[in-house]
Amino acid sequence: MTLIQAQAKGEVTIRDLTKSFTIDGQTLTVLKKINLDIRGGESLAIVGASGSGKTTLLRILAGLEEPDAGGVLIDGAPVHGLGRERSVIFQEPRLLPWLTVLGNVAFGLEVQGEPKSEAAERARHYIRLVGLGEFEGAWPRQLSGGMAQRVGIARALTVQPEILLLDEPLGALDAMTKMTMQEELNRIWAEEKVTLVLVTHDLEEAIFLADRVLVLPKAKGGAIRLIDIDLPRPRDRNDPAFVRYRRQLMSEFGLH
Amino acid sequence: MTYQISNESVRAQRGPDIRVALIRTGRTTRRLTADYGLLIAFFAGWQIASTAGWLNPAVFPPIDRVASALWTGLSSGALVDDIAISLQRAGIAFAAAVGIGIPLGLFMGQIRAVERALDPILQLFRQTSALALYPVFILLLGLGEASKVFVIFWATLFPILLATIGGVKEVDPKLIEMARTFGANRLTTFRRVVLPASVPSIFVGLRLSATTALLLLIAAEMIGANKGVGFQVMNAQYNFRIPLMFAAIFLLAFLGLAANWVLVVLQRRLCRWSTAHH
Ligand SMILES: Nc1ncnc2c1ncn2[C@@H]1O[C@H](COP(=O)(O)OP(=O)(O)OP(=O)(O)O)[C@@H](O)[C@H]1O
Ligand SMILES: [Mg+2]
Repeated sequence: MTLIQAQAKGEVTIRDLTKSFTIDGQTLTVLKKINLDIRGGESLAIVGASGSGKTTLLRILAGLEEPDAGGVLIDGAPVHGLGRERSVIFQEPRLLPWLTVLGNVAFGLEVQGEPKSEAAERARHYIRLVGLGEFEGAWPRQLSGGMAQRVGIARALTVQPEILLLDEPLGALDAMTKMTMQEELNRIWAEEKVTLVLVTHDLEEAIFLADRVLVLPKAKGGAIRLIDIDLPRPRDRNDPAFVRYRRQLMSEFGLH
Repeated sequence: MTYQISNESVRAQRGPDIRVALIRTGRTTRRLTADYGLLIAFFAGWQIASTAGWLNPAVFPPIDRVASALWTGLSSGALVDDIAISLQRAGIAFAAAVGIGIPLGLFMGQIRAVERALDPILQLFRQTSALALYPVFILLLGLGEASKVFVIFWATLFPILLATIGGVKEVDPKLIEMARTFGANRLTTFRRVVLPASVPSIFVGLRLSATTALLLLIAAEMIGANKGVGFQVMNAQYNFRIPLMFAAIFLLAFLGLAANWVLVVLQRRLCRWSTAHH
């Protein structure tokens, strides 16, 4: 694999993407003519007010939802529906309670037709990567919220996607666990060289993890904004530059 | 209940220390007393009340006479034949209900339109007592084995069918969506997500059905049968062989317990992931 190809992997192009829903007879345009280029291997955070369409955008990227107009290209090819080059991590871990940690992590590979032993081997690698080596035999009910979410992350990684789509993956965790997990996501993203698209409510999380932050407009049809986060990694949340970015993002939402 | 005791003894075997083993044995005894103390007291009370004449021994013979009637019945083989025929009737009916109810329920639960169309009629059938329909089945199938098996089948089918449909319908759609994001097709999603998620609910239906099967078995055997444990209850009463009557009643209770125990063990093996044992 040449370097140029490696860089092109996981590139997402969004063109004139429009999506509306009909709620109670009223048409609600959630996304209006969105245009965006996500570089291969980039880490992009999507922030926006509640109801601004973050989840909708991510679900369209995942192929769980079809746009009304416009479309998405991955590595230059138009996409329709789900695809193996993309993995989704939801806010809830969505573990299968009847499978152990190992079974859950191997699930994606097994579904894709990988032989059981090879699936287990690769699953073990990612279970160790998320720091759960001791727990491969545990049942989901025996895990804490943070551990369960790690299992979900490992499961998404085992299929070795080019693009990792995350919808508020740490939203349900306590502040301390959240920070630890943000550091882990940062490490995993750097190690796995995937394109990361992260929907989040947490501005600090966006600045900590993203190369660029996409701000969805509050008023429908307003313009999207992109903010480059030009900070060395791993990032220091108390760095004055970090704090300045946070202030800037907060002012995007009229907060102080 | 039995499995808890066996768990204890397995743990007890691990400790080589005899004192630990003794403590464990003591605990097991205490647990046995806690679980079965009242039952033992009940039988002891019956025995005393009957021999002392506080209870009419013609209606409630002493337990030892019931036990010896049971022993005679079993060792002579007379009751064994009854057990065999009863088990055969209930077994065929239950197996047929499982074989039809589970696949049909899995299918119906998956397809909304089918389920919605069939639900009202299912509810009607379920609410109609199978016993009330027994005369109809007799008219259709005669007074022989067919109508007996069919009435049990009918009564056991609905709990299994409805529990299976319920299990499939209650599968978390988020888990199905998760499977789809990994490229699972309908069949794989069914096999890997829908089916395992429905197992606990299916077992609720199976256990309910097993109880119903015995209930209907007895009722069916009380009408127009000349063999079977249920027949023996009626027949012994008719001939005023009261100890034998109680022996047959206890036998039925024991069959019910055994059926439930088998299902509990099976459920625990299949649902080790779940905390719910019962
Ligand atoms: N399946 C659907 N049917 C109808 N309307 C929908 C559907 N999904 C989303 N919407 C509407 O689209 C809008 C955007 O929803 P979306 O879930 O994308 O918001 P969000 O930015 O993720 O919000 P939050 O931060 O609260 O998660 C909302 O007004 C919602 O009501
Ligand atoms: Mg959302």
